Amino acid sequence: MLTITDLAVKFPSRFGDFTAIEDVDMVIKPGEIHGLVGESGAGKSTVGAAVIGLLQSPGYIAHGSLTLGDTDLRTLTPEQAHAVRGDRISMIFQDPQTSLNPLMTIEDQLIETIQAHADVSTAAARQRAVDLLEEIGIKNAAERIKAYPHQFSGGMRQRVVIALAICTDPELIIADEPTTALDVAVQSQVLKLIQRLAKDRKIAFMLITHDIGVIAQVADRVTVMRKGRVMETGETAQVLGAPRHPYTRALMDAVPPLDYRIDRFRVPQEEGADFERSLGQKAEDWLLAGVQGAPTGLTLQNLYVRFAGPRTSLFRKPEPYVALNDVSLTVRPGSIMGLVGESGSGKSTLAKAITGLVKPSDGTMILGDEVLPGGKARDRHHPSRQLVQMVFQDPYSSLNSRHRIGAVLEEPLWFYGFVKDADQRKELAASMLALVGMQPDAIDKYPHQFSGGQRQRIAVARALLARPRFLICDEPTSALDVSIQAEILNLLKDLQAKFGLTILFISHNLTVVRQMADDTAVLRNGKIEEIGKTEDVYERPQAAYTKSLLALTPVMQRASFAVAAHD
Amino acid sequence: MVYFILKRLVQSVFVMLAVAFLAFSLFRFVGDPITQMTGVETSVADQERLRDELGLNDPFILQFGRFTGDMLQGDFGFSYRTRQPVAEMIADRIPATLELGIVALLISLFVGIPAGVYTALRPRGIATQTILMTTLVGVSIPTFVIGIMLIFIFGVQLGWLPTFGRGGTVQIGGWESSLFTVEGWRALLLPAITLGVYQLTLTMRLVRAEMMEVMRTDYIRFAMARGVPMQKLHYKHALANTMVPVITIIGLQFGGVIAFSIVTESVFQWPGMGLLFLESIRFVDIPVMGVYLVVIAFFFVLVNLIVDLLYVAIDPRLRVRDVQ
Repeated sequence: MLTITDLAVKFPSRFGDFTAIEDVDMVIKPGEIHGLVGESGAGKSTVGAAVIGLLQSPGYIAHGSLTLGDTDLRTLTPEQAHAVRGDRISMIFQDPQTSLNPLMTIEDQLIETIQAHADVSTAAARQRAVDLLEEIGIKNAAERIKAYPHQFSGGMRQRVVIALAICTDPELIIADEPTTALDVAVQSQVLKLIQRLAKDRKIAFMLITHDIGVIAQVADRVTVMRKGRVMETGETAQVLGAPRHPYTRALMDAVPPLDYRIDRFRVPQEEGADFERSLGQKAEDWLLAGVQGAPTGLTLQNLYVRFAGPRTSLFRKPEPYVALNDVSLTVRPGSIMGLVGESGSGKSTLAKAITGLVKPSDGTMILGDEVLPGGKARDRHHPSRQLVQMVFQDPYSSLNSRHRIGAVLEEPLWFYGFVKDADQRKELAASMLALVGMQPDAIDKYPHQFSGGQRQRIAVARALLARPRFLICDEPTSALDVSIQAEILNLLKDLQAKFGLTILFISHNLTVVRQMADDTAVLRNGKIEEIGKTEDVYERPQAAYTKSLLALTPVMQRASFAVAAHD
Repeated sequence: MVYFILKRLVQSVFVMLAVAFLAFSLFRFVGDPITQMTGVETSVADQERLRDELGLNDPFILQFGRFTGDMLQGDFGFSYRTRQPVAEMIADRIPATLELGIVALLISLFVGIPAGVYTALRPRGIATQTILMTTLVGVSIPTFVIGIMLIFIFGVQLGWLPTFGRGGTVQIGGWESSLFTVEGWRALLLPAITLGVYQLTLTMRLVRAEMMEVMRTDYIRFAMARGVPMQKLHYKHALANTMVPVITIIGLQFGGVIAFSIVTESVFQWPGMGLLFLESIRFVDIPVMGVYLVVIAFFFVLVNLIVDLLYVAIDPRLRVRDVQ
C-alpha cells in the first residue's frame, strides 16, 4: 500500500525555489487503480517521479513522507532505492515508440530485468518472459520474443512495455499517460489489460492522465490536481458524478459529450476576456472585405495517393504503399467537414494532397469551381496557395521560434501582396490578435513566451491573415488541455460563422468532431468507410468500423455516475 | 541488405574513378613528363619520338583508359626520382603508416570512449572539467607543436623514448612490422600519441554529447525505472545507442588520420607514406603523388564501407524489415 503524506517537491532556481507540488496526500491500496488527473503543469507526473525516485535534476523532495508497505521510501540510500525500482515499484511511460531500447530484442530486455531482481537462470527467466507475453496477449510469444521493438505495432509495443513493468511482480505501477499516444481501439485494450492486472495480480496502479474519459472507464478512486495541489479526491463515481470542488466541476464541464450536440463548449475560465474586443474590429472589417461572395467548397473525386513501399527484392519494383484509396468527398461551401480515423488512416495525407504538399497519383480535386493541380504542378502563385490555409497540430513546432509574433503574422500580408504599407500591416496584425482573443501587445514577443493555447490562437490568426476561404485544421487541439481545447474550438466556430469559412476538421477525437462538424467522414486505411451528416453518422452509424470506434471511445457519463454516487 | 551493399559498392566505384581522374590530370597538367624524364641534351626529335612511343599523343580518353587499366592490374608506373616501380615504393611504406594510424586510432578509442562516458555521467565533477579543459588545450595546439613538445620532454629531457624512425622492425611475409619488438613499440609511442590526440578529443566530446542526449531518452528512464543495474544501463543500453553517430565520425577521421599523418611522420621522421609523399612533392615526382592520391582515396572508401556495414550490425532497424 502506497501512502503519500504532505508531499512537497521543489526545484531550486536562480530566483529561489519553485514549488512544483505541495500538500499532496494520497493512499493507493493493493489492486486499486487510482486516477490522477489535471491539466498540463498540474504536477501529476512530478508526484509519480517522486514516488519512484526519478525526479528530474535538480528537483528534490522538500518535505512529506512516502511509504510503500512498511518501507519509508525517503530514507533509502540511492542503491536501495534503485533496487526497489522495478522490484516493488515500476513505471509505464506514455509513448511506446520511445520507451523501449531500439537496439535490444524484447527477450534481452525482459530477461535482463527479471534477472536484475531475481536470482534465476537465463532459461527460467526466458520461460517466465514468454509466459508473461502470452498472458498479456501477444500470440506466438516464444517466436515473437526474439523480435526488436520496431517490429511491433504501437499497441503491441505498449503491451511489451507493460510486460516489462510487471515481469518482476511489483506492488505498485505508475502509469504516466499510458494510452495518450494510442488509438481508441488499442487504448481500450490496454485499459482492459490494466484493469485485469489490478484485479488478478493485486497490483496498485497510479494512473496519471489528462483524459477524464479514461479515468471514468477504469479508475476506482481519483485525485484531481491543479497547480501542484490536490483539489479533490474520492471515489470515481463521486468525483466525476457529483464534484465538490468548483475546479473539478469546471473541468467536467469542459469535456465535450459524445452522445449529443452542444451549441458552445463550456469554458472553465475565459482567458483574456477582459480587454476591449473592439480592437479586433479593423481585422474583422478587413477580412469581411476580402471574403465577399459565396463560400468556397471542395470536392475530391476518386483521389489516390501512393508512396514507394519498402524494397523486398533486388530485381522487382517495390510494391507501392497506398495511403489514399479512391477517396471521394464533398465539403459543402461554408460547412465544417469532420474527418476521423486512427493513426495511419491517411488523414494527414489527405490534408497534404489538398494543400499541394503531396502529389496524388490519381483523381481530381476541385476547389470552388477550379481544378487544383497536384503537388509541384501547382505553382507558387496559384490562387489556392492563398485560399487554402492550415492550422497544425503542434503549436510548439508550427511557429518559428526565432521570429517575433509580429513577423509571423505580417508575413502573409506582404507575401500575398495584401497590404503594402509596413505600419498598416503591423496595425492589422495587432487587430487580428485581438480578434482571436489575445492582447495586441503580443506582437513584439516570441512564441516561447506563450502557452500552448495562446500559440494555437496565434496560428489561427496567421491562417486568417492570408484571407483564406478554406481552412484545414489538422488535429488543432489534440496537444491541448480540455479547457484550452474548448476555447480554441469555440473560437474556430465563431470565426467560421462570421466569415463563411469552409473547414476541413481532422481529428482522431470523435467527441470533438461531433461537436464541430456538419458532416463527418470516417477514414480507415486510406478508404472512406462512411460519410454523411454528423447526426446520422453518430446516431445511426452504418459501417461496422464506425460502430466499433463509437463503442470504444471512453465517455464520461455523468448521469450514470451521479446515480451511482447516490446509491 | 544485399541491395544496400551493392549500392554502396557501385558508389565506391564511381568515387574511385573520380579520384583516378584527378590523379591522371596531375600528369596532364602539372608539368610535362617528357621534360621531367629527359635531360637538356635530348634533341627535340628524340623527345617527340619518346612522346609518341609512350602514347602521350593519343586521345585523352584512351590515355585515361590505359592509366586506369594499368592501375587495376597493379601496374602503377615508375617513379621519376628513383626509377623504381611506384607499387613497390608504396608497398614498402604502407605498413609503417597503417601501424601508426591504427595504434593512434586504438589509443583514441580506448581513452576517448571511457573518458566520454565518464564525463557524460558526471557532468559537474571536477575531474570532468579538468579533462574537458586539457583536451581542449590539446586540440588547440597544432600537431607538430605537440610532436615537438613530446620529443623535447620524453626524448631529449628524460631520454626515455627514441625521437625518430621505427626502431626495431620484423619482416612478416613482406610486411615490415614494428609491433613485435620492444624497440619498435618504444619508437611508435610518441608519434602515435601525437597523431591520436586530436581524434581522442573528438571521440571523447562526441561520445559525451551523444551519451548525455541518450541518458535523457525515455528508454533509459524506463530502464532506470525497472531497476536495471547501473553498470548495464550505462554500458549496454546507453553506450550502444551512442555508437552510430560516433562510428561515422571515427570512420571519417580514420581516413583523415592516414591521409594527414604527413605532419606527424615528418616530425618523427617516420618512414611512412606521408614522408614519401613529402619527398615526392619536393622532386615533383608526379607518378608517386598520383598513386598516393589513389591509395588514400581507396582507404577512405574502404573505411566508409566498413562503417556502413557496422551501422547495420549495430542497429537492427537498418536491417531488412520483417514482414509482420
